[in-house]
Amino acid sequence: MATTENTPSAGKTPLVELKNISISFGGVHAVEKASCELYPGEVVGLLGHNGAGKSTLIKILSGAYTRDSGTIYVDGQEATINNPRHAKDYGIETIYQTLALADNVDAAANLYLGRELLTRWGTLDDAAMEAETRKVMNRLNPNFSRFKDPVKQLSGGQRQSVAIARAIHFNARILIMDEPTAALGPAETEQVGQLIHQLKDDGIGIFLISHDIHDVFDLADRVVVMKNGAVVGSARTGNVTKDEVLGMIILGKCPAGATPGPGASTD
Amino acid sequence: MSDEQKDFQESAMIRFLRATEVDTRLLGMIGALLLIWVGFHLYGHFVNGYGAFLTPRNLWNLSVQTSSIAVMATGMVLVIVTRHIDLSVGSLLGFTAMIMGVMQVWVLPKFLGLGHPMIWAITVVVGIAFGTLVGAFQGFLIAYLNIPAFIVTLGGLLIWRGASYLVARGETIAPVDQTFSLIGGGPYGTIGATGSWILGVVVCIGIIFMLISGRRQRMRFGFPTRPMWAECLIGGVGSAVVIGAVMVMNAYPWPKGIIKRYAAANNIEVPEGGMFISHGFAIPILVAIAVGIAMTFLATRTRFGRYVFAIGGNPEAAELAGINTKKMTMLIFALMGALTGVAAVIASARLKSATLALGQFDELYVIAAAVIGGTSFAGGIGTIYGAILGALVMQSLQSGMVLIGFDAAIQQMVVGGVLVLAVYLDNLYRRNSA
Repeated sequence: MATTENTPSAGKTPLVELKNISISFGGVHAVEKASCELYPGEVVGLLGHNGAGKSTLIKILSGAYTRDSGTIYVDGQEATINNPRHAKDYGIETIYQTLALADNVDAAANLYLGRELLTRWGTLDDAAMEAETRKVMNRLNPNFSRFKDPVKQLSGGQRQSVAIARAIHFNARILIMDEPTAALGPAETEQVGQLIHQLKDDGIGIFLISHDIHDVFDLADRVVVMKNGAVVGSARTGNVTKDEVLGMIILGKCPAGATPGPGASTD
Repeated sequence: MSDEQKDFQESAMIRFLRATEVDTRLLGMIGALLLIWVGFHLYGHFVNGYGAFLTPRNLWNLSVQTSSIAVMATGMVLVIVTRHIDLSVGSLLGFTAMIMGVMQVWVLPKFLGLGHPMIWAITVVVGIAFGTLVGAFQGFLIAYLNIPAFIVTLGGLLIWRGASYLVARGETIAPVDQTFSLIGGGPYGTIGATGSWILGVVVCIGIIFMLISGRRQRMRFGFPTRPMWAECLIGGVGSAVVIGAVMVMNAYPWPKGIIKRYAAANNIEVPEGGMFISHGFAIPILVAIAVGIAMTFLATRTRFGRYVFAIGGNPEAAELAGINTKKMTMLIFALMGALTGVAAVIASARLKSATLALGQFDELYVIAAAVIGGTSFAGGIGTIYGAILGALVMQSLQSGMVLIGFDAAIQQMVVGGVLVLAVYLDNLYRRNSA
């Protein structure tokens, strides 16, 4: 359990709380009794090696996987999230590591996928969707101009901005970013960092998932470390050093400044 | 030609294509089609002494023969776009035709009396509903029980062919209802010269209206528009093709025997030099065009169509975007079944009977039509108009070979070869354009 010391505002209701989440695939416990919470305007870095279970945990929150057991609370209320549509209804938006774009259609079609704007006759309003997309993309990536091309033909950074645009365009309250800068150059990474600050100021809660501590340590208010499907511990970034977090990731050893979880090594 | 000249010409061509926004692939297909038509005609002209291909009679027949394959090909586009396949359409067509045959020849006349005006309508509704049901069932197995479409529909190919034997023990069921048979074409199943002209003019007005509203829409949002000359060119060429089709269809007269019977039935004196009564557009081709327009609308203007292409492009992304991909898969196969029902109506009406062999190998023609029309097996890419043109290419090859007297064995080999070649050319095209 998190102590007051490692939660930003004790007494305040978390935006989202994951409690004792477990899921297994064919006998392998991918995530076991994992718990963590996220407060409004907070950035939580979810760290761990490849295969530590962080992406799986987050896919449960975004509705891509259905958990075996455990509870999800949104605004303190128990939430039913069994598919991506449910998650979106709670204002949970996800930027997947793979970006999850339909490569064969254009930026506007991807931005509005599943939430298309319709004319009064019930047909697709492509012109309106393109116009809106132009507005959003102008804010995110002013150089973007290839609105008619299938996203397959765009560069990695451009594709990333389409995926980000899709996540933030529909008034997300909880944003999940899975390895958001893995495919980006330094300038674009910097841009994503600025965006995260901006979204944080708007009161959006953000989960940043990464296997690389350097990507998230400076951006995050708090880190939650996972190893072998279990939570090693969580800590405010001010209370621990990068090396200590690295120790959590690699050895599962919880330092003094962190609150240990069920996955912390006992020796 | 010097390099400089060549460069200039190339860029002029590219500029032209960009201005008109015409798909190069569409141009290629039209080119191939014209090549086939002219090739068969010239071959007939020089080798057999009579070029039979580019005659109103052959082109009219071609339009009728293409209809049933074209109707199914529009559905196959959606199936292949979502990375599935439907091998059962030929057998399902045969089975549906058999059920419709039993319905209108054995069952309905008993209750309603022979030749009752409702027989054809009930039969058509039953046929399409049955096709839809079977399609939905196959789709259910594919989507919810996770059996690959290839296996489900391969099973269907055998099952429905066997079932249609069981229905009538292999008997041919004939003759079908008089009104029903009009849907298959034939001299009476046409809309005549005046009707064809009216239709032609309406379609031309439709083309121009669409160009104008498309331009308005783009201007409303300040998007770039085509130059005026390009708009006029597209409108002009489109209208010319429509008017040309009307003239060809009207240039094919009823045969003498039919005219004599028609004149006798209506107490008309046949003049000295004979009468010229035009066929005009046949009803099956009108059905196919209506299906083509409806399916294009569905594929490009509706959520359903958008989801089909998104699923084809990246099934996982579609799922994560909240699209119910299982339900979509089932609906797509149900739609394929419904279109197979429509095709069964056309095919059995044209034959005026339901036979055991009806629809045999149709699945291959339908798949070939979709693939030649630019539908990619990798998923996510395909157009309805391409598939209809593809059906026309396949049928042109087939009837062209019949006209110049190739035997059935050679025909099969050519059709098979063309299918493989089409996929290879498709790969080349994509590699170069990507």
